[in-house]
Amino acid sequence: MSVPMLEARALGFGYGARVVGRGVDLEARPREVLCLLGPNGSGKTTLFKTMLGLLPPQAGEVRLEGMALARLTRPEIARRVAYVPQAHAAHFPFTVIDMVVMGRTAHLGLFASPTPEDRRRALAALATLGIAGLAEAEYTRISGGQRQLALIARALAQAAPAIVMDEPTASLDFGNQAIVLSEVKRLATQGLTIVLSTHDPDHAFSVGHRVALLDGGRLVAQGTPGEVLTPQRLRAVYGVPVVVERLSQGQTVCAPDYGA
Amino acid sequence: MSDSTPIREAPLPSTGSILSGRLTVVGGLAAALAVLVLAASLVGAYPLSLPEMLAAVGRRLAGAPAQGQIDTVLFEVRLPRVLSAVVVGAALAAAGAAYQALFRNPLVSPDILGVSTGAGLGAVLGIFLSLPVAGIQLTAFAVGLATVGLVYAIASMVHGREPILVLVLAGVVVGSLAGAAISLLKILADPYDQLPAIVFWLLGSLAAVRKGEVWAAAPLVLLGLVPLVLLRWRINVLSLGDEEAKALGVQAGRLRLLVVAAATLMTASVVAISGVIGWVGLVIPHIARMLVGPSFDRLLPTAMLLGASYLLLVDTLARTMARIEVPIGILTAVIGAPFFLWLLARGREGWS
Repeated sequence: MSVPMLEARALGFGYGARVVGRGVDLEARPREVLCLLGPNGSGKTTLFKTMLGLLPPQAGEVRLEGMALARLTRPEIARRVAYVPQAHAAHFPFTVIDMVVMGRTAHLGLFASPTPEDRRRALAALATLGIAGLAEAEYTRISGGQRQLALIARALAQAAPAIVMDEPTASLDFGNQAIVLSEVKRLATQGLTIVLSTHDPDHAFSVGHRVALLDGGRLVAQGTPGEVLTPQRLRAVYGVPVVVERLSQGQTVCAPDYGA
Repeated sequence: MSDSTPIREAPLPSTGSILSGRLTVVGGLAAALAVLVLAASLVGAYPLSLPEMLAAVGRRLAGAPAQGQIDTVLFEVRLPRVLSAVVVGAALAAAGAAYQALFRNPLVSPDILGVSTGAGLGAVLGIFLSLPVAGIQLTAFAVGLATVGLVYAIASMVHGREPILVLVLAGVVVGSLAGAAISLLKILADPYDQLPAIVFWLLGSLAAVRKGEVWAAAPLVLLGLVPLVLLRWRINVLSLGDEEAKALGVQAGRLRLLVVAAATLMTASVVAISGVIGWVGLVIPHIARMLVGPSFDRLLPTAMLLGASYLLLVDTLARTMARIEVPIGILTAVIGAPFFLWLLARGREGWS
C-alpha cells in the first residue's frame, strides 16, 4: 500500500503546557476524504493546527508523504498541505483574486511577486469552483459562502496534494453547505487528499470515505462512516439519542431522537 | 446544481481597466509631487522666479561659482526644507502603511505604537543634555527603537489574549509613560534656553531642519525602505495574520520582526529631524488604500507619494500663510483629526 499523504502517529497536542489531546493515530490517503467529527472542545482545531505544523506536537509526530513534518521548512510544508481556515472577515479589502494568488506564496522566492502565470493559476482555481466572476470583487463584500469557496480556491492555487479544512461548512446556509461539500467530493476524485472537520454527521455520511470520531482529545473510533457513526456511539459522544436511517435514494441521514 | 446560483453570481471582471487605473494614480501622484516641489521651491519670504531658479540650478550643475542671494536661498534654505518635507512625509506614510498591514489594524500608526513619542523622548533628552544635532538624532533613534522593543516585550509577555489588542494597548501605555518622561524633562529644563527649543521641536517643525540633517536622515530612511520594497508582496500575506501566513509558507515571526524594525528605523530617523508630526502615518495610508486598494506593492508607492505631497503642501502653507510660521504638527493635527473622524463615521467594513 502507498505511503499515506498525511499521518499522525501517537500524536499529543495542546497549547504550551496545556494538554488538549493524546495518542491520536490518523492517516489520510490520496482520493480520500477523511472527516473528523467531535463535540465542541474535543480538540479538532488544535489537532489540525498541530498536523499543519502551526503548533509543536507535545508527543508523537506528524508525517507528510512519509517525511517528518518537524524536518520540513514552512514553504516545504505549504507545498504539501494547504489549509482552509473557517471563512473569516478580512481586515483589508483585498480583491478575491489577490486573496487567491496568495496561495502561490510557497512557490515564490522571498522577494518575488506573483507572475502572470501565478495569476492564471489563481483564476483557474476560481474557475474550477465556478466563481471566476468574483475575481475582482472585494473579499470583504462577498457572502460567507463565497468567502469559503474563495479560501478553497486559494488552497487549490497552492497546488498542494493535501488540503486540511477546518469546518468548511460552519456558518453556511443549507444550499452553500451542499455546494462546498460537492466540491470537496469532486476534488477527492481528482486525486487530492482531503481532511475536514464538521459538526454534522450527515456530512460525514455524504462525502467521507473515512471518519474519525474525536472526544475529549482522544480518538473514539475510526473507519467508514457506517462503521463509526452508529447510534450508540453518537449517543455516547454527543449525549443525545440519535437515529441513523438509510433513505431509499441511497443517502444515509442522522437525526436526534426527540422521542415520540 | 441549480442552487449554485446565489453563491456564484457575480459581475464580470474588468482586470485591464482596473489595473491601468491604478497605474494612472501613481503616475498622477508623481506628477503632482513634481509640480509641488517646483512651486514650493519658488514661494517663501524671498520669492524666486522660475528663470532665476533654473539659472541657479544650471550654475550649480555646470560647477560655476554661486551668485549672490538667490543661490544661497535656493540651495541652503529652500531646497533642504522642501527635500526634508518630502522625505519626512514619505517615510511616515510608508511606516504607517507597513505597521497597519502588519498589525492588521488600520488604527495603528507610528503615533499609536509609541514610536513617535519614544523617539520624541530621545530627542528631548538630547536637547536637555545639550547634545549636538547628531547626538540628538542618535538618542531619538535609540529611544524610539527601545520603545518598540519594550512594547513588543510587554505584548509577548501577556499571553492568551488578543495579541494585536495587547500590542496596541502596550503602545499606548508605553507612549504615555514616555510622554510623562518628556514632561519631567520640560520641568527640569532651563526655561530660557532649553524649554523653548524642546516645546518648538515637540510641536513638529521643518523650520529648523538644516541641510546636513536631511542628508543624515535620508540614508537611514532608504535603509528602512529596502526591506519594505523587497518584501512588498509578502507583507500582504503577513497581513492575513501569523497562522494563515505560516500555513501559506511564510516564516511569519522573523519577517514580521524585520518589517517592524524597518518601519521603526524610518520613523525614528525622521522624527529626529522634524519633531513629532502626527497623523500623517495614520491618515495617508487610508487615503492611499481608497485609491489603489490594500495590496502593499501598490499601496507603498502611492502612500509615499501622497505623504510627500501632503507634507510638502502643508509645510509650504505653514511657512507662507501667516507672518509667523505655524508649527506643522498643529496643521497636520487640525487636518488629520477631523478627517479621521470622518473615516470612522463612514465605518465601512474592511477599512478601505
